[in-house]
Amino acid sequence: MGTTDLKPNDPAIDPATGEYRVIAPGQTFRSITEKIAGIVLTPTTPLGWLALFGVAGAGATMLLVAVTWLFLKGTGIWAVTQPVAWGFAIINFVWWIGIGHAGTLISAILLLFKQGWRNSINRFAEAMTIFAVVCAGMFPLIHTGRPWLAYWMLPVPLTMNVWPQFRSPLMWDVFAVSTYATISVVFWYIGMVPDFGTMRDRSQNKVAQYLYGLASLGWRGSVRHWMRYETASLLLAGLATPLVLSVHTVISFDFAVAILPGWHTTIFPPYFVAGAIYSGFAMVLTLAIPLRKFYHLEALVTERHIDNMGKVLLATGFIVAYGYGMEIFMSWYSASHWEAFMMWNRMFGPMGWSYLVLVTCNLAIPLTTLWSRKLRTSISYMFFISILVNTGMWFERFVIIVTSLYRDFLPSSWGTYRATKWDYMTYVGTLGLFTALFLLFVRFLPMIPMSEIRMMLPGAKITAKTTAEAGD
Amino acid sequence: MPPREGTYGLLAEFDTPGDLVRAARQARLDGWRRLDCYTPYPVEEAAEAIGFHRNKVPLVTLVGGLMGLVAMFLLEMWISVLAYPLNIGGRPTYSWPAFIVPAFEWTILFAGLSAAFGMLALNGLPTLYHPLFNAPNFRDGATTDKFFLCLEALDPKFDLVETRAYLTSFQPVSVVEVEY
Repeated sequence: MGTTDLKPNDPAIDPATGEYRVIAPGQTFRSITEKIAGIVLTPTTPLGWLALFGVAGAGATMLLVAVTWLFLKGTGIWAVTQPVAWGFAIINFVWWIGIGHAGTLISAILLLFKQGWRNSINRFAEAMTIFAVVCAGMFPLIHTGRPWLAYWMLPVPLTMNVWPQFRSPLMWDVFAVSTYATISVVFWYIGMVPDFGTMRDRSQNKVAQYLYGLASLGWRGSVRHWMRYETASLLLAGLATPLVLSVHTVISFDFAVAILPGWHTTIFPPYFVAGAIYSGFAMVLTLAIPLRKFYHLEALVTERHIDNMGKVLLATGFIVAYGYGMEIFMSWYSASHWEAFMMWNRMFGPMGWSYLVLVTCNLAIPLTTLWSRKLRTSISYMFFISILVNTGMWFERFVIIVTSLYRDFLPSSWGTYRATKWDYMTYVGTLGLFTALFLLFVRFLPMIPMSEIRMMLPGAKITAKTTAEAGD
Repeated sequence: MPPREGTYGLLAEFDTPGDLVRAARQARLDGWRRLDCYTPYPVEEAAEAIGFHRNKVPLVTLVGGLMGLVAMFLLEMWISVLAYPLNIGGRPTYSWPAFIVPAFEWTILFAGLSAAFGMLALNGLPTLYHPLFNAPNFRDGATTDKFFLCLEALDPKFDLVETRAYLTSFQPVSVVEVEY
């Protein structure tokens, strides 16, 4: 480690600590405000944005087509049947919601741990959370086959006099995911209120002034307001932290409470949470690396951020590796014939290729190379790793769901799983929807929290001299 | 409600948070009570300087969280025991451990909403109009890179001429009169 492999006079490195600076030197309150607000407050939309939005919009349209056909024909157009009754829908649900968790981790847990470097990336990580939850939340609904009856899951008085069954983890999921979506939106919006004030004051366009003015709720930066605001932000962070851990824990209960070999295991809650953070940080990198390049944000999202996210990937990757190892160990240690067969079948059966993809993408490549600081600060390599981990984590959910189901207790009922074009269209469609929503966010909302970045500039520090002169 | 005419207060602009805190602290020591600071990011020292030490957001959050906890637990109990008892594998109808998860989620939900909306309510937001927005240097200052101290006309010590001279003694960038 150390700085030996780096240029000694690199201005991006803080001479006191030998670490990359969180914010490049030479920035002022006004320069960062102009930089961040300027991305939004320009009448010209970049051509690249329009092109990408066209592609993403086409994806979202494909989702609309796939879902419309699903509603007309029923879930029979998907590959789900016996014995694999949970297919792409649940894989995608768990994958998307896991991606969302990194946003909450960055905005809440790293805030509580006073990790200042998070400030540059927390806003768009939170946006990523919300859009990922939008994509995730759709799948359980459309998976029921009759989404127009989804309100049956809520405890509301119906003329049928039927009430939900609170002993089921699937019911817990309803409350976990809906709370998570609500709190994420509130946290994200409250975080943007002061920045909306800045946008209101800086925009030259009457319509924009009006809309940002409404969104800012009349924010004027009174220190009394700021103090309550800071308390509320800390409390929301403190509440979001157990929430995010509970959400993926409850999702893992959907599996762990079943008595199926491969699902019925106590390692699932921590292993699911670590996997969620692993894939989520990969997605933050996938989004941050192009963003900082196209919008020239290298001064705010620095090598330090990429490096730190690489370290988080390494740490959570090892927790995930421990989870995989423990699954294999327990299939032997449990002395259960069914557990042992399930694990053998998962690794070497006809769908063993998926386990190989998982091990390659999640363990073999990232966990051996992310030790190198040179590779962690190499932007193109980290982009490659982020795509790799996203792929690997999708396959993790594929492995958990499909390879546990397709060869169950009775050989006569063994089957296989081959996704249909409607499965693929729905999945790719949610990628399009996610990208489209994210592009709209980048175009119309401040993607980096200006007020939080201001606090990190050297000019924000109040020196001891000031206090002494005031006479107390 | 104060009358919506005349002077709201005098607004002094500073370039650095240190100058603002020094001025605010002195004004508080000199007996000013109707005063406020406006900054582009939270400056804790400025809040302390004007005597704002604690706020009620934590209390509101606690009460909200407890309400969510109790509401959900009672709802689950009423549904599972009285309204619609189901025999699921012979488990007791009052199987409270299973009720913890939704009750926990609603604790978080209600506490989080109380923190957010409670903070806004205590701040008196949304307030889309405020006299300070009339000051020419306030907009794009208080939300970008300037630090303001406002001595309000409602303070008994307020006098347009004397207070202007008083504020000028802190060597601000400017002192402007803010009208309703």
